[in-house]
Amino acid sequence: MSVLAYIESPGGHFKKSGFEVATYASKVAAALNTNAVAVVIGKVENAGSLGQYGISKVIQVNGDSLVNFDSQVFTKVLSSIYQEVGANTLIMSHTANGKSMAGRLAIRLNAGCISGVNALPNTSGGFTVSKSVYSGKATATYGINTPDRVITVMGNSIQPQSTGSAVDVENKSLDLGGGKVKVVEVKSEEGGVPLPEAELVVSAGRGMKGPENWGIIEDLASALGAATACSRPVADADWRPHHEHVGQTGVAIRPNLYIAVGISGAIQHLAGVNNSKVIVVINKDPEAPFFKAADYGVVGDLFEVVPKLTAAIKKYKNQ
Amino acid sequence: MNILVCISKTPDTTAKISFKSDDTEYNSDGVTFIMNPYDEWYALVRALEITEQNGGSVTVINVGPASNDIVIRKALAIGASDAVRVDIDAPDSYVVASNIAAHAKSKTYDLIFLGKETIDYNGSEVGAMVAELLDLPYASYVTKLDINGNQATVTRELEGGEEVSQIDGSFVLSAAKGLAEQRIPNMKGIMMAKSKPLNVVAPIQADARVHVAKYTVPPAKAGVKMIDPDNMDELVRLLHEEAKVI
Ligand SMILES: Cc1cc2nc3c(=O)[nH]c(=O)nc-3n(C[C@H](O)[C@H](O)[C@H](O)COP(=O)(O)OP(=O)(O)OC[C@H]3O[C@@H](n4cnc5c(N)ncnc54)[C@H](O)[C@@H]3O)c2cc1C
Repeated sequence: MSVLAYIESPGGHFKKSGFEVATYASKVAAALNTNAVAVVIGKVENAGSLGQYGISKVIQVNGDSLVNFDSQVFTKVLSSIYQEVGANTLIMSHTANGKSMAGRLAIRLNAGCISGVNALPNTSGGFTVSKSVYSGKATATYGINTPDRVITVMGNSIQPQSTGSAVDVENKSLDLGGGKVKVVEVKSEEGGVPLPEAELVVSAGRGMKGPENWGIIEDLASALGAATACSRPVADADWRPHHEHVGQTGVAIRPNLYIAVGISGAIQHLAGVNNSKVIVVINKDPEAPFFKAADYGVVGDLFEVVPKLTAAIKKYKNQ
Repeated sequence: MNILVCISKTPDTTAKISFKSDDTEYNSDGVTFIMNPYDEWYALVRALEITEQNGGSVTVINVGPASNDIVIRKALAIGASDAVRVDIDAPDSYVVASNIAAHAKSKTYDLIFLGKETIDYNGSEVGAMVAELLDLPYASYVTKLDINGNQATVTRELEGGEEVSQIDGSFVLSAAKGLAEQRIPNMKGIMMAKSKPLNVVAPIQADARVHVAKYTVPPAKAGVKMIDPDNMDELVRLLHEEAKVI
């Protein structure tokens, strides 16, 4: 019974989350003494490069109805490949499209479904796997009652490991009929690092006073090569775009470094960021609740501290 | 146009979290519960707006025990016409989805809405399962929805972008921020909600496919290290040498 990994390829390219899934699947396969097969849908350059992450074979599926995403159609394709390779575990990324299919595939494959896992499973004497629940206040370790499993992996939960070499790609044409969803437009944000994938994030809140002051945040982010984020009132006031809003009602992220500038650290904000590996808080109020969740804290006026930090980062990078 | 809106109950985020039965069960003693915000603010309100414009009715469904009636009454107070509660304390998302799909099959709904995820487990599983059980298209993470006759135009939120698509006929939709504006129930709504029908139905047979073996609480942070605001070189050094994140 092999492990099947579905690797997304938006715009014909793999992203970091895809390499994470490939790495995760290979490690699960190794633990279960089997091999990991990857499936990609649509045209992708260098699909065989997934071999570097421990994948033993790549199946690339093409078809007229597969140019744009439709969860119903993609689900049929993935379950057909799953049956064909004789898999018992399907692994995908915890992205909008991955999540749109995990539940569907669980139904089609009579599988147990765990979405958003944050670590490799424990396979000694069964199969249990953990995820973060209750706004990061607890971890739940799940057991799966069915022989088949569908799992989505939360971004930044595993470091992609590229040690192997490229493998063969088996091309396949599948046309299981078109779906009822017609994609008319795909818009992607220009430049910058997409927030859910970012390893470094600079985030700012109401302490910024107004949108005109965001230059210092962007300078710090670009010195670090970080993505930018914001608190909810900032997005609600249209100081920043909605996709930057992190927290309970926004995006949940788990970067290696989260720098919070002028954010008080309300529980609803922490819900989206407290799985970050390291948190730096810059706030003029020493009583700000965020300091309790921080690893490093700076009490000071952000308008003075942030430019100093940017200068220090630049100095460090130039060494 | 008749719309089914799936609502669930979640602990308020500010609730203290604890576990019982040897850390295998969530301890709900003394916890304040709310309607899941994505269900309430976006899915329910957009459904109401659509029926206000095009006619029809909004039915809410909850899979859960009688103690969930409080959030169901709130949905009725906000404006839903009637409600269904499937009387089972469902052990996993599969049991929830199976019961919703079974009810939907027994009626004719044009659209089925739910929030993009619950704020306690963030699973995002139920919508996709219901769509598959009913063999319907699934528009997930929807921030904008326009209905024109039999055709819907939806905007989906993706990582680093969005996607606009058209769907003919019935489908399942998961609602994200932006789809609608929260509505606060008024006194008249709250009074009317008391006499609106809340039908309690028996669950169908479905077995849980996953279970929580154990809950653990993450270790507390070691404590914050304060850095002099005039010494940002020191912060950079620590981030590099100690935290190893840059
Ligand atoms: C159901 C619900 C869901 C919510 N979901 C979210 C969510 O997803 N995400 C989210 O972020 N919030 C969410 N909130 C809102 C949350 O409760 C807080 O209100 C919000 O996070 C506060 O944003 P803030 O920290 O930017 O602003 P404030 O709380 O106003 O904090 C501003 C901070 O800036 C500091 N400051 C001011 N000036 C300076 C200066 N010159 N230098 C340094 N520091 C300065 C202040 O000391 C203060 O700590 C939610 C609330 C509810 C009820």
